[in-house]
Formats: sequence, structure tokens, C-alpha cells
Amino acid sequence: MKKVNYLEIEGRSRGFLALLGVLGVIVLAGLSGMYYMEHNGHYVTGMDNQIVWGMPHVFAVFLIVAASGALNVASIGTVFGKAMYKPLGRLSSLLAIALLAGGLMVLVLDLGRPDRLVIAMTYYNFKSIFAWNIILYNGFFAIVIVYLWMMMQASMNKYYRAAGFVAFFWRLILTTGTGSIFGFLVARQGYDAAIMAPMFIIMSFAFGLAIFLLVLMMGYRWTERPLGDEMIRKLKNLLGVFVGAVMYFVLVYHLTNLYATEHHGVEKFILAGDSEHTPIFWFLQILVGGVVPLVILYSKLGASRLWIGLASVLVILGGLAQMYVIIIGGQAYPLDIFPGMEIVNSSFADGNSYHAYTPSMAETLLGISGFAVALLIVTLGVRVLRFMPDSLADKDVDPHHKG
Amino acid sequence: MKYLQKMLVLLSVVLLASTTAFAEVPSPKIPKGNAEQCVEPTQEMRVNHMEYILHQRDETVYKGVRTKQHSFKECINCHTVKDDAGKAVNFKDERHFCNSCHTYAAVKIDCFECHASTPTAKKDGKAHAGINSLIKMTAAESNNNE
Amino acid sequence: MSKSEAASNGLSRRKFLGASVAAGASVAPGISLISVANAKPVDQAISDEKRWGMLIDTNKCAKGCSACVDACNTENGLNTGDEQNSRQEQKAQWIRKVDLRDKLTGHEVSLPLMCQHCENPPCVDVCPTGASFKREDGVVLVDKHICIGCRYCMMACPYKARSFIHEELTNQVENTPRGKGTVESCTLCVHRIDEDTNNQRDPACAEACNTEGHKAMIFGDLKDASSDVSKALKQHSSKAIREDLGLNPGIRYRGI
Ligand code: HEC
Ligand code: HEC
Ligand code: HEC
Repeated sequence: MKKVNYLEIEGRSRGFLALLGVLGVIVLAGLSGMYYMEHNGHYVTGMDNQIVWGMPHVFAVFLIVAASGALNVASIGTVFGKAMYKPLGRLSSLLAIALLAGGLMVLVLDLGRPDRLVIAMTYYNFKSIFAWNIILYNGFFAIVIVYLWMMMQASMNKYYRAAGFVAFFWRLILTTGTGSIFGFLVARQGYDAAIMAPMFIIMSFAFGLAIFLLVLMMGYRWTERPLGDEMIRKLKNLLGVFVGAVMYFVLVYHLTNLYATEHHGVEKFILAGDSEHTPIFWFLQILVGGVVPLVILYSKLGASRLWIGLASVLVILGGLAQMYVIIIGGQAYPLDIFPGMEIVNSSFADGNSYHAYTPSMAETLLGISGFAVALLIVTLGVRVLRFMPDSLADKDVDPHHKG
Repeated sequence: MKYLQKMLVLLSVVLLASTTAFAEVPSPKIPKGNAEQCVEPTQEMRVNHMEYILHQRDETVYKGVRTKQHSFKECINCHTVKDDAGKAVNFKDERHFCNSCHTYAAVKIDCFECHASTPTAKKDGKAHAGINSLIKMTAAESNNNE
Repeated sequence: MSKSEAASNGLSRRKFLGASVAAGASVAPGISLISVANAKPVDQAISDEKRWGMLIDTNKCAKGCSACVDACNTENGLNTGDEQNSRQEQKAQWIRKVDLRDKLTGHEVSLPLMCQHCENPPCVDVCPTGASFKREDGVVLVDKHICIGCRYCMMACPYKARSFIHEELTNQVENTPRGKGTVESCTLCVHRIDEDTNNQRDPACAEACNTEGHKAMIFGDLKDASSDVSKALKQHSSKAIREDLGLNPGIRYRGI
């Protein structure tokens, strides 16, 4: 095993510029979407007074959750002392920051008054889990940047394990916080579950690793740097474990809900209802985002990087579907304001049927652009600073490598 | 520091305003209120009007204090500017009292995204007898007394 | 205020203005002129000695009557043709009429539903900036000056009592400032109930219900044993909506 040598990427190729161009265009499209929304007001979106959080939240929460998971790879190297993962630490941290930035951008731009961001940063209600999240997010940036600095500056290396530990715990709290945003909404049948927070943690592992794997494989392929098979094999197996764990949690979540009578309504609505949420749940979240990736990762197909890449894409799609079902589905199911009563008539859509939501182009573009912002940060990051080892060939990074 | 900045901005506004007669420089035409006096001395209001209304804002919103003297509604009631047709102009119009000066000083305020920038027609006068009529009344009284 | 009162205060115009100048930001001289003797002065801050609340008698509430909703809309300038672009589910609705049928017995009731002014309001707990707050006298409000429009309170409210303003507005009424991108809900007409006793009026909905002759909404101070609402509450059994959540709303109902 030789000493790891980190290098900026060259970034002069046409491919590199094309990548920047494509990402830039997506970001611009997202920003025009947001301008359109903010200029006119939210009436141009699919959101209303029943579905108050729409597509932007689906993407934003996904990205924030994935950000925490992307840091997992670095943690495995630092906290769990797995030598092989250590060279990935920098890229993993960069990706974590980038994803969080992308997610937060979407979240902020979807506010009714994004111009009042200063207020969000200066007025805190410490009872609000949302306010805590603002602190957690800012802290995450700070801690991961320090962590990176410890990793990247030789003289600071001695502190890097400590920083890694702090980052590790911080991010667990962060995801718990994100999950609790929903867990605390007692009045909403779909969210009132203690399992929400741990489920979010395990989701973050899966989504973050899927994105990391994609970035890693593409990055090394496009820069023509060596990337060892053993490394990929380890990561894809880990992804398989996480995807399986997410499915397990989803199972437990629905089983416990089915156990409690007051949750039967919302369960039926998601699992066997006539809204879009039922097919999205079964087809996208469970099949496309869970079963298929598991089959790919654990069958012979899992030997091919192309298939691993596909599996990662499917995990991301499934993750977005899961967010959609949790966030939109949870709101679409009508509030039970009058238990035991049937609502005959209401001027404010209190009916007993679910609320429909049709996302507009603008809000969807805004959501997607969060991804583009994250990838843009990563692309520019690896261009100007030394995040990527010049070789991740097995012989260079695997202490157990023979031959 | 902030105070200094404020003073400078205001000083220049006031200076420019007072030199209108002599110079060609564009300057704000600040309409007078519809009474003889403002709720505080004019100079004080020029410099510190935001302190008064922002203070009043928190007093009203959090403590339910509904005094008229520094009430935002009353500023609007008394500082109405009418157009040629005799209709009160709203904040979008450059003649609006608050706008006249703010456009000039390039200070943006969002208050009128929510607050009415023209007086709302009243049904019962009693509940709304503002400081305006109050001052008029006091003035009338004191005239009688003298 | 009558002329003689002003005169008896013995202030000349010059003195009056001089006094307020000397007092700087203090408003005392101006106020003593306006307020009426033995009234709750408008310059006094609210306190927790009061808790505003309401008892709604669904037996008296007429199905198909929307006087309270209309009055609220007029009073606060809601849906006055200004929210042209917003879809029905996007428009403001501070108070709404709901008709219910008991699933077991088939018994039907009609009632108005608005912000329930909880003692432990979930909207206040979740608001990141503290814009959602509860006044000392129990009225739950949004301080729209620091609302960032995150809509978390709307997610948290068990009564779906809050609306988000989906477009730019003009022609707001002076008593109820409202603007794009912020959240709002029933204020119990604070601008009416904060006035001194001579000018104090019931919230627009309750007033309209009385005028209409139904008298289904009794508004008042829950902490004052001699208030109409306290007396009615003492006399009859009443319920809070979603009592199981333990929020202790200030709005209570009979007949549900
Ligand atoms: C009763 C009527 C009245 C009310 C109420 C009133 N003003 Fe005035 N205000 C006036 C008059 C009259 C003047 C001009 C005085 C002068 O020219 O000396 C004035 C002047 C001003 C000025 C200075 C303008 C300049 O010429 O530079 C400002 C700023 C101002 N008012 C702000 C306010 C604010 C803010 C409020 C609400 C808290 C308010 N006023 C309430 C009558 C009123
Ligand atoms: C004489 C000119 C003038 C007039 C008239 C005037 N303003 Fe101002 N106002 C200013 C200036 C200059 C500032 C900026 C002071 C500073 O930078 O601190 C300011 C600041 C403010 C601020 C604080 C803005 C911030 O972001 O800190 C508010 C609020 C405000 N004005 C409201 C009003 C209202 C409401 C009116 C009409 C009733 C009004 N002003 C009329 C000159 C004026
Ligand atoms: C997003 C909407 C919104 C914006 C923007 C806004 N306000 Fe308000 N304001 C309100 C509401 C709602 C109230 C409460 C009205 C009540 O209780 O009578 C209020 C009350 C007030 C009051 C107390 C009531 C009165 O008439 O005196 C003042 C003063 C005030 N605002 C000042 C301001 C100033 C100054 C600005 C601009 C810097 C501003 N507001 C911007 C919504 C807004």
C-alpha cells in the first residue's frame, strides 16, 4: 500500500465543460422556476392550504437526508477505522456539504418570504424542532469543513479522528432532527410515529451512499483514474445492506401503524387507496427503489459497474418516491378533525376524501435544481482542491490486497 | 455608526430639499401632512420615524397597545396625498408620502405589501377619532380659551 | 371624547405638542387625552388576567347560514375579489362552516370552525422564528413581521385553521394588514377587542351571529366568572374539538 496522493482534476476536457454547462442550465432552470414562484406567489404551484409542502420539500428533505448519509463513508474510515475507506473521506465530506447546500437552497427558495432569511437566522424559537434544524445544518457545515481541514492539512492530521467523531455524532443528530420535523406533527395521522427518526437515519445511509457511489464511479471514469474492484464491491455490498434495512424499517413502520386502529385509515390510503400514492409506494418505492436494486446488487449483475450504477440510480428514485409518499401522502390524507363524525359539507375542503396535488413545472424544476447545485459544487470542488486520490486501485488502498 | 449613517442620509435629503429653489438637482417633494404638526417634532420624525413605528409595531402586536399617537394607521390617515381627482394615492404612486422620500433616499420598505397605504373609508367615526381630529380639536379649544 | 373633556385637561395646543416632545417617545400626555375615565386604557398592555374565548352552541347554529364567515371576510378584507388568481383551496379562510353527521346516530350538526386559540398551541411550538405566538390574554396570532412563510405551523395545526397567502394583494383593509408569502389565521379580531371599553366590540363573527338572531357564539373573558361566556360554560356542558390532544382550546362547543 502506498501513500495516498490527492490531486485536483484537470478540468480542461470538453466533457468537463459540458458537465458544468449541463448542471448550470439545470440550476438556471430551477432558479427561473423559483423566480416565477416568488414573483407571482405560490398560487402558480400545486401547493395550497391543504398540501402546504410540495415538490420542493420532497427534493429538499431528500437531499438533506442524503447529505448526512454521504458523510457515512468518511465516518467508516475515521470512526470505525477501516483503512480502505480513508482515502474516500475527503470526497465523502465534500459531497455531504454539497448535498446539504443543494437541499437548503431549495428549502429556502420555497419559503413564502425568502427575502427574510436574515430573520430565520436571527430569531429563534428554541421549542421549534425547525429552529433546531437550522442550527444543526449550520453546525454541520462548520464541523464538516473543520473535519476536511484536519484531513487536508498535514499538520492538523492528528486531530482528524476527533473531528471525525464529532462529525459522526452531529450528523446522526441532524438526521434525527430532520425526521422529527415530521414525527412531531401529532395531529397528522401519517406522521405520528416514533419510528420516523430512526427510519430517517437508515434512509440517509442508503440515499447518501447511492449518490456517493455514482459520483465516485463517474468521477474516476471521466478522469480516467484507477478505481479498484474490491473498493466498489465493498461499497455496493454496503449499499445492499442499507437498502435492505430501509425496507425493513418501512415494513415495521406500516405494521405498527396497522396495529393501531386510529391509523388504519391512513394505512389503507397509502397501501390500498385510489390516489397516486399507492402505485408510487408499491411500484416506485418498494419495487424500483428496493427490490430491484437488491436483486441487482446481490446477483451476478452486481459485478458490473454499469449495473451497480443503475442500482444506485434506482435507489435514488425510490428514495424520492418514499419522500413523496411521506411528505405529500401524509398531507393528502385528510385531517381527522372530528373523530367519529362524517363531514357532510365544508367550504374548506374538509371532506372525507384525500386532497389531490398536481405539482407545477416551476416547483419541480426548483427541486431538481437542488441536485444540480450539489453536483456543481462537487465538480468545482474537485477541480480546485485536492479531494480525489489519483488512484483508488486496490493495490494502492487495500491493506489486504495480495499480488 | 448606524446613527451616523442615518444622519448623513437624512442630512443630504434635507439639504437637497431645501436647495430646490436654487438648484436644478432632482429632489424629493415631500408632501406635508394634513395637519399643522406631526406627532413628534418634524426634525425628530425625519430622523427617527422608523424607531417610532417599529416600536409601536411590537407594542401593538405583542401587547395589544392601541394608542393612536404613533399608530401606523394614523400616519397613513394624516399623511394622505390626494391626486388630481381627489383620490388618495397609494404607495405605488411616487407622490405617496412615504414613497416620495424613500424612492429618493433609496430605502426599501415592505410595509405596504400588507398595510393599507391609503385610509380605509370609515363607517363610524367615533371609534376612529384619530390624533388628527384630536389635534384640531385641541387647537380649536385653545383658540376659544385664548 | 367630548370637547369639554379636552378643555378640562387644560392643555393648549402648544403645550400638548410641547409635552409630547419633551416626553420623547413616551406617549402619556396624548393618551390621557384620548382615553375615557374608568375604561380599560388603550395604552395598557394586555395581561394574563384575561383569557379570551368563545362558546359556540351548535344547537343554535343554522345549517346553511354563513353570516359569521361573511362578516369575517368583510371585517378582515378576505376574498374581497382581490385573491383573483388563487384557487379555491388557496384562498384565505379564517373561519369556515362545517356540516357534520354522526356516523353512528346520524345526528347532524352545523358549526363554524376557526383557530381554536389553544392554550398549548402546536403552531407556536413548531414556528422556527417565533412568529406564531400566544398573547398573554390567550389569543394565538402570527406576527407577520417575522413570519418567513415556512408553513410548518400549517402542518402542525390539528384544525387546519391557517391560510397561506398565495399571491400579491392590494386594497387590504387598514385593520388587517395581509401580504403575500405569510401565514395568517383568525385573530379573534384583536383590533376590536383591544379597544377601550367604550369602543370595544365583539369579534365580527360573533357580532354577526347575534345580529342574525342566532346568538350561537358567545364571546368573552373565560377568566372572569361574571362574563356571559363563563356563565354559559358553567351552566351547560361543552366540549373542545380534538379534546384528546390536550391543547385546551379557548373555543368550546355545545352539542358535538
Ligand atoms: C396629525 C397628522 C399627522 C400624523 C398622525 C402624523 N404626521 Fe407626520 N407630519 C405631519 C405634518 C403636518 C408634517 C409636516 C410638519 C412640518 O412641515 O413641519 C409631518 C412631517 C413628517 C415627517 C417629516 C417629513 C419631511 O418633511 O421631512 C415624517 C418623516 C413624518 N411626518 C412621519 C410620520 C409618521 C411615521 C407618522 C406615524 C407615526 C406620522 N408622521 C404621523 C402630520 C402628521
Ligand atoms: C424625510 C424623508 C422620509 C420620509 C417622508 C419617510 N421616510 Fe422612512 N426613512 C427615510 C430614510 C432616509 C430612512 C433610512 C434611515 C436609515 O438608513 O437608517 C428611512 C427608514 C425607514 C424605515 C426603516 C427601514 C429599514 O429597513 O431599516 C422604515 C420602516 C420607514 N422608513 C418607514 C417609513 C414610513 C412608513 C413612512 C411614511 C409614513 C416614511 N418612512 C417616510 C426617510 C423618510
Ligand atoms: C406580512 C405583512 C406585514 C408587513 C410586511 C408589515 N406588517 Fe405591520 N402589521 C401586520 C399585521 C398583521 C399587524 C397586526 C395588525 C393588528 O393587530 O391590528 C401589523 C401591525 C403593525 C403595527 C401596529 C398597528 C398600527 O397600525 O399601528 C405597526 C406600527 C406596524 N405593523 C408597522 C409595520 C412596519 C413599519 C412595516 C414595514 C417595515 C410593517 N408593519 C410591515 C402585517 C405586516
